[in-house]
Amino acid sequence: MPLDAGRREIVLGKVNIISHRCKGCRYCIEFCPSNTLAESEDFNEKGYHPPYVKSDAKCVNCNYCETICPEFAIFVTELEPRNLLSEDVVKTQSRARRRTRRE
Amino acid sequence: MKIRFIDAEAPPASRILENLAAGHGDHPLDRYLKKGRIPHIWCSGCGNGILLTAFVKAMEKGNFDTKKTVVVSGIGCIGRAAGYLDLDTYHTTHGRAIPFATGLKLANPKLNVVVISGDGDLFAIGGNHFIHAARRNVDITLICSNNFNYGMTGGQGGPTTPLESKTTTTPYGCSEHPFNLVYLAKASGAVYVARWTALHTHELRDSIIHSVNKPGFCFVEAITPCPTAHGRRNKLGDGLSMMKSYRDNSVLTTELDPEDTAIGLKGKIAVGEFVNIDKPTFMDMYDECAICRANAPKKSKKS
Repeated sequence: MPLDAGRREIVLGKVNIISHRCKGCRYCIEFCPSNTLAESEDFNEKGYHPPYVKSDAKCVNCNYCETICPEFAIFVTELEPRNLLSEDVVKTQSRARRRTRRE
Repeated sequence: MKIRFIDAEAPPASRILENLAAGHGDHPLDRYLKKGRIPHIWCSGCGNGILLTAFVKAMEKGNFDTKKTVVVSGIGCIGRAAGYLDLDTYHTTHGRAIPFATGLKLANPKLNVVVISGDGDLFAIGGNHFIHAARRNVDITLICSNNFNYGMTGGQGGPTTPLESKTTTTPYGCSEHPFNLVYLAKASGAVYVARWTALHTHELRDSIIHSVNKPGFCFVEAITPCPTAHGRRNKLGDGLSMMKSYRDNSVLTTELDPEDTAIGLKGKIAVGEFVNIDKPTFMDMYDECAICRANAPKKSKKS
């Protein structure tokens, strides 16, 4: 664990989708930095496929989907941030190790 | 995973769900929009919605007073933006958004006057108004949504249509040289010129905040995808592939001469802030020169 772990927190966000406004441009799905969203199979009332949240835990409240949505159909609310745990540190390290091996 | 440093002194920056009560709809930004106007008329994948979101976000982040911010728009797809914003907004005749905004600013200099209009409105029909407002350095902010054609009337070729691009009126490719809006604005005397694409939403928002707060004629060009008219005829794909091409082709630069920032049909797009200078505005000069001299005591002929 890092020594200043008590002074760090992990930001979590919750994606809210207003599906009846969506026009299916797929900008939020494509440009989400943490790859949280995916296109759903269902239709909305206009006949487009609105996005759905693949896994809530991935969202980091960067608000980019809200900024790039042309339709005011998606927004992010910040959840209660959680503390840095030892699993997070291990996870980040192993991911970095994998990346270096691939290179 | 985003790790944030806990600053005990800073106020909590979280936007919680109770903020929704301030608006009238489901979205937190609905409080800046007129009730019942959303969904808007723009096509799926149109960048005008992103520009409107960027403007609304700029109002939120820059703390613009909604009583003192006025939006004027001309004719065109983006001209509808005036109808969606819950401010004092004016939807003027074709090409006359800048004269209207100039009059507003001179009548009440306390207002933040923002013109949101398209490339056809500002540079074809209103081209003269643009260069003369920039020459006088009227204290207004211009946000131009550049989609390279006249989208609303069916995709005709306009003053910014790149060479060899196909439109309704140029079915074998456009043979006219287009305007380079950044160079034109700089040459006309604008004090702040920036260009971003619809993908650069945060930069666009910060540019809008900066240009509203800056005295003088500020010009922000936003390159927006038009998948229905321009993208379809030129085989640029749907809105998503146009946005991906912006991501791959846009080059952030601050040192490039505005003369070299022309945009082709395909190829690199130079984005960034190109001009940021200080110059006395039209009202300053008018107060100093004309009004001071008119109020000065007249010299009598005898003495």
